[in-house]
Amino acid sequence: MENQRNVCEIDFLAVSENEALARMVVAAMLMPLNPTVDELADIKTAVSEAVTNAIIHGYNQNAVGMVHMRCELDGKLVTIVVSDHGVGIENIEQAMEPLYTSKPELERSGMGFSFMEAFMETLSVESAPGKGTVVKMTKQICLPEPDGQVPEE
Amino acid sequence: MKAEQFEVDGKTMTIRLGEDLDHHNAVYIREMADCYIEKYPIDRVVFDFGGVKFMDSSGIGVIMGRYKQMSYVGGKVFVRGIGKSVDRIFQMSGLYKLVTRLDAAEEA
Repeated sequence: MENQRNVCEIDFLAVSENEALARMVVAAMLMPLNPTVDELADIKTAVSEAVTNAIIHGYNQNAVGMVHMRCELDGKLVTIVVSDHGVGIENIEQAMEPLYTSKPELERSGMGFSFMEAFMETLSVESAPGKGTVVKMTKQICLPEPDGQVPEE
Repeated sequence: MKAEQFEVDGKTMTIRLGEDLDHHNAVYIREMADCYIEKYPIDRVVFDFGGVKFMDSSGIGVIMGRYKQMSYVGGKVFVRGIGKSVDRIFQMSGLYKLVTRLDAAEEA
């Protein structure tokens, strides 16, 4: 199979309606790769976590800023970058701790970054107070052959 | 997209979840659930996942929030109709320790 490449970038307002939109865009991008149900669920969940973080934390639910999402396919490698120009994260290490949340009053579980880590293969977070946040995640999709046949070289 | 449905029967509130259990829907579910719990003497919350195709960590917050509310009044939270992808989220987050699974045979 050829090493197919595709890139899609979108900007959307930081409102919760767009969480589903972001998932749908990524799912549609992945369709030609024939991901398994689990792979698709993994990536959709990770995207949802990153976008939700940008909306709730980055922009403090103020629906004023834009969230940028870039989805790149390079053969089997899926790279997703979600960035915002919001408040940024003061202590990234703490933010990434399982069950830690800065917004318990909103019933946040504190599992967002843990899920991104668990469902993707790599995760990197760049952020500084006042400078916004960039979350980059990658995952390799297995490309199954129809009927489980061994691929022809 | 199918919306959430709320049903109160005696002290039991059943929340039939829609297709997505994300932050967007979580906010609505929390507001509605709080409304009913304030209004009725509810001590059983049943989440019906039969129609759910997607859940992320925001959904965990919804379940944990209702679990806390029910534990204040000595009540319980139940779940049913959990499919494979939601099951993974439940396993990973340890939610099964907080809720009781109902299958069709056990239901009253």
